[in-house]
Amino acid sequence: MFDTPPASLPARPGVGYKPQHYADILSNPAPVGWLEIHAENYMGDGGRPLAQLRHLTERFPLSVHGVGLSIGGEGRLDPDHLARLKRLVGWSNPASFSEHLAWSTHDSQFLNDLLPLPYTAATLTRVADHIDEVQTALGRRMLLENPSSYLAFAQSEMSETEFLRALVQRTGCGLLLDVNNVFVSATNFGTSPQAYIDAFPLDAVGEIHLGGHDEDTDDDGRPLLIDSHGKPVVDPVWALLDYTLARSGPKPLLIEWDNDVPDWPVLAAEAARTADALARVPA
Amino acid sequence: MSKSNTLILATAIATALSGLAHTAAAAGDEKCFGVALAGKNDCAAGPGTTCAGTSKVDYQGNAWSLVPAGTCETMELPDGRHGVTAAKLEAEGKFGIDRDLPEGTSNDGLMMISM
Amino acid sequence: MTGQSEFAAALLDPARATPPGLTDGSGAPTTRRYDVYRNNVTVSLADALESAFPVVRKLVGEAFFRAMAQVFVRAHPPRSPLMMFYGADMPGFLEGFAPVAKLPYLPDVARLELALRQSYHAADCVPLDPAALGQIAPERLGDVRFIFAPAVHLLRSDWPIHGIWRANMVDGSPAPAMQPETVLVTRPAYDPDIAPLDTQAATFVATLMSGEPLTAALEAARGGFDPGPVLGLLLTSGALTALTPGD
Repeated sequence: MFDTPPASLPARPGVGYKPQHYADILSNPAPVGWLEIHAENYMGDGGRPLAQLRHLTERFPLSVHGVGLSIGGEGRLDPDHLARLKRLVGWSNPASFSEHLAWSTHDSQFLNDLLPLPYTAATLTRVADHIDEVQTALGRRMLLENPSSYLAFAQSEMSETEFLRALVQRTGCGLLLDVNNVFVSATNFGTSPQAYIDAFPLDAVGEIHLGGHDEDTDDDGRPLLIDSHGKPVVDPVWALLDYTLARSGPKPLLIEWDNDVPDWPVLAAEAARTADALARVPA
Repeated sequence: MSKSNTLILATAIATALSGLAHTAAAAGDEKCFGVALAGKNDCAAGPGTTCAGTSKVDYQGNAWSLVPAGTCETMELPDGRHGVTAAKLEAEGKFGIDRDLPEGTSNDGLMMISM
Repeated sequence: MTGQSEFAAALLDPARATPPGLTDGSGAPTTRRYDVYRNNVTVSLADALESAFPVVRKLVGEAFFRAMAQVFVRAHPPRSPLMMFYGADMPGFLEGFAPVAKLPYLPDVARLELALRQSYHAADCVPLDPAALGQIAPERLGDVRFIFAPAVHLLRSDWPIHGIWRANMVDGSPAPAMQPETVLVTRPAYDPDIAPLDTQAATFVATLMSGEPLTAALEAARGGFDPGPVLGLLLTSGALTALTPGD
């Protein structure tokens, strides 16, 4: 068990780092106080990506966010990938490491998407074992992120918040709360995003994600939101953030913008909105 | 080593070294890894990861346009012949028939097309 | 009970039925919702291939490339989460893909694009100080062997792959002339660079890269070859990291 505090990321605005913003971030970072990278993009042997990261870690607290560990996978964790992760976390010494409640690898095929899993006693045990393995390998507590859901499994035995709460209890892991994912899933299932937040173990939250989504429709013409990270955060998600922060207190807030990435001033302005949200948190 | 090889190498290395006088590598210089050098192409970085979905629908495999129709058409390759053009292929009765597959049809069969 | 084998298999096969046991959250079965994942997988991997092979993409055109990418991702899904190296099977795939059989240079262009990516992400190293060569006695120069940087690649092709690459990536470049070309990929600092080598220089460099000494490389390149220019290129591009002076 790792009983260290949820995270040492500052409760300030952060952004997902994109190499095209390198010079802007160094010369004009405000209001951004920390950066997040996708672990897998920094698992090469050298070159510009690692050189930039080395330089940035001297100036900004870092969050390493994995997208390829397949913690929700039926198979065992890939030992080679875990070793690469350990190396990266070792030299970059991030303030936080996080991954997803999802799977992406099956039968040694990497499917490059965050795929869903049913919430059962069996999957709970499997995911908890994988989290234990990661935390032991890295020698640190990790955060696990709630997914965006487009479908549900008939076989699920518990809610997502019950599943996450049980994982926290079993493994001592923290949680990364993606407020946009909460809004996307709640809309897609016709449930209340506020009720999800009410049921979420907010004490375990070490980081909050915000991002944009696209709108589609399902088989019956009902709204189906897609977590596309290619647009500004919508107003109902900002409102849900306020609702969350009023209950959780200040948290590190990250803007994720992965598709159609805008120029730095646009991204910095979006991050400034998270600073405004932090300023609104009741003392 | 033969005398002539010694001379060739000694001369070549003297030439190579004299041309290097002021081209000290800038590796490690901060400016150097900030952005791709002017006029250089940074495509070599290749693809990155994603943790986002997409609403760009493009998985059905029914949008085939099975004729290369890019810059290959302007290359005088190979052997001085023009590259393959759409018109040429269609005139030869190749590929065009498979372009509009019914929704959901697998593409696998298309790899079997005989030339 | 939907296992991940079943869930995964249908992701890459649009002809396969939606796995059972998936609902819209209120208990009703759903197809479109599963298709979101199908779409995410295929589109994200096709996007990755577009980033990975910009010259191949330009050569065959956007629409053809996207369609071909779908065939590729189903035949060769990634085996690793390191997307920056995805597509190593592309040259072999192109060799066997009938619709591009009339573009026989495509596999080698794909090899060049792979080499550039590998070079970009290769380990850093300190370039050989050229002065080290100047300290070798002339009669010992022939025994010198070099260690090459891991970012260096040498590609020999029956096609003008350097000319094709430039014509597609550098504005104002001339159309490629039909000739076999050998390309040396180096990485001075952080940006991979490519240079065409003539036949003698290519043989010279290939011999050095195989660990042979300078005299063997010179003899392999045959008569009348002046190694000065290519040695200069190797030294300025950071291609060499160390030398062993011989016994």
